[in-house]
Amino acid sequence: MATTETMTINMGPQHPSTHGVLRLVLELDGEVVVKAVPHIGFLHRGIEKLSEYRTYHQVLPLTDRLDYLAPMHNNLAYVLAVEKLLGITDLIPERAQVVRVMLAELTRIKSHLVWLACHALDIGAMTVFIYCFRERERIMDIYEKVSGARMTSNYFRVGGLSADLPDGLEKEIRTFAEEMPRHIDTYEGLLTGNKIWQKRIQGVGVISAEDAIDLGVSGPSLRGCGVNWDLRRDNPYSGYENYDFEVSVQEGGDTWARYLVRLKEMRESCKIVRQALDRLQPGPILADAPKICLPPKKDVVNTIEGLIHHFKIISEGFKPEAGEIYQSVENPKGEVGFYIVSDGSAKPYRMKIRPASFINLQALPKMCEGSLIADVVAVIGTLDIVLGEIDR
Amino acid sequence: MSVQSVVENLKGKFSASVLEVAEFRGETTVVVKKEDVVAICTYLKKEEGFNFLSDLCGVDYLGKSPRFMVVYHLYNIKTHERLRLKVPVEEKSPQVDTVSGVWATANWHERECWDLMGISFNNHPDLRRILMPEDWQGHPLRKDYPLQGPGREPYQGRLS
Repeated sequence: MATTETMTINMGPQHPSTHGVLRLVLELDGEVVVKAVPHIGFLHRGIEKLSEYRTYHQVLPLTDRLDYLAPMHNNLAYVLAVEKLLGITDLIPERAQVVRVMLAELTRIKSHLVWLACHALDIGAMTVFIYCFRERERIMDIYEKVSGARMTSNYFRVGGLSADLPDGLEKEIRTFAEEMPRHIDTYEGLLTGNKIWQKRIQGVGVISAEDAIDLGVSGPSLRGCGVNWDLRRDNPYSGYENYDFEVSVQEGGDTWARYLVRLKEMRESCKIVRQALDRLQPGPILADAPKICLPPKKDVVNTIEGLIHHFKIISEGFKPEAGEIYQSVENPKGEVGFYIVSDGSAKPYRMKIRPASFINLQALPKMCEGSLIADVVAVIGTLDIVLGEIDR
Repeated sequence: MSVQSVVENLKGKFSASVLEVAEFRGETTVVVKKEDVVAICTYLKKEEGFNFLSDLCGVDYLGKSPRFMVVYHLYNIKTHERLRLKVPVEEKSPQVDTVSGVWATANWHERECWDLMGISFNNHPDLRRILMPEDWQGHPLRKDYPLQGPGREPYQGRLS
């Protein structure tokens, strides 16, 4: 009689569909996954340790390098956390808040475009990939115009923004936000009604709402299980309570549900961007807190106070009172939070990042054990992980 | 139901284990004894609805006693409330009971806490290093662990 035994194979860290350097050890019974064990840490750069040796302003560029597909969201979470620690949340000018929301939502579209592109490519739909990257390029251009960088934006500042929007950019953003829903229609035309796409992702990677909450899954992955929870609406920050948008929720808990959730989120983000553009009024972009915010360059070269403040902030930084706070935002991947412990010095005593991808990845074994090995690729895609954030 | 009433209920139920309640910037922190952490977490999840563990981490207060704090960030998805739970841990025996039986998500958080901070968790199903290599010596996020790594010249340039 023939005997069978399971076989253990290694997937990654160099594998095109692991979205970076994720290594999975899969135990297979034929083509069925019996056990999946993720191994991470290949991209660990010690950002939490490094931040303990830098002043609050100097930590900001490190946060870009966490979720590098949505850098502005990490910046936003960090600056909101520091502002909360300082107790200056109410001082942030309206214009800065609106620009933050607008860019955060553009970032959400950008991150979801990469997700859709790579997810479809992994499963075999090549055309969508090219289309998504075409639109993403336009958001990259907007990024470049506001911050000078395509990926590592480092644009928000504790207390506001580093610079005002360049002239003419509002028009470009409005054009983009008005055209984008049509492009989303194109992606849907290619995928949603496509029988191959449906057969490939419906009923794949199923997780129940209870299991997902127990495993700490957040963001679109949780809303795909029918859990109606979005930090933008439920614990609003940066003035999100003033915007009219729908939280996209789908029942099912499979890859298909999560696909629909994210597509709808992109449409809602376009809505928020348009509303933000309507709200945008000229005004200051930095809080009136000269001991905390870097003064504008013209004040540094023309006034003695500006020069002194600049010198003090650069050489010493600012010193929040001792205490601890936690602030989180709704990143495209889920809840991203910063827990900062201050001992009253100019550097964070301890900074813990709550990375959404790290925690969502924990659900991977649950979602792919018992399914076919080809579905592992779909599950990695649907979790929308970024290894920069997982490994920190 | 507000966080205040949750804290009052907690004080009533576990009067001997609640060591301190603090309020800062609108956030509530409760410090509890480490012996009762699993019972308290189970109670907060089952009775008070804190069904989501946002985050778990360790903080090293080198030079103070107790040296470590394990910090739990609890969230209630229904009422959107947050509660921070802290557990003091002595340097002599840096061990806490695992809460991975209460929230499965604690599994990786606790592995990370062990890996980077060197606090071990009793009864944890799979306590291995997670971010650092398996054969790594030491726990990098401890305050007495040099930034450059052990056995290396300190960095000569300017850090800040």
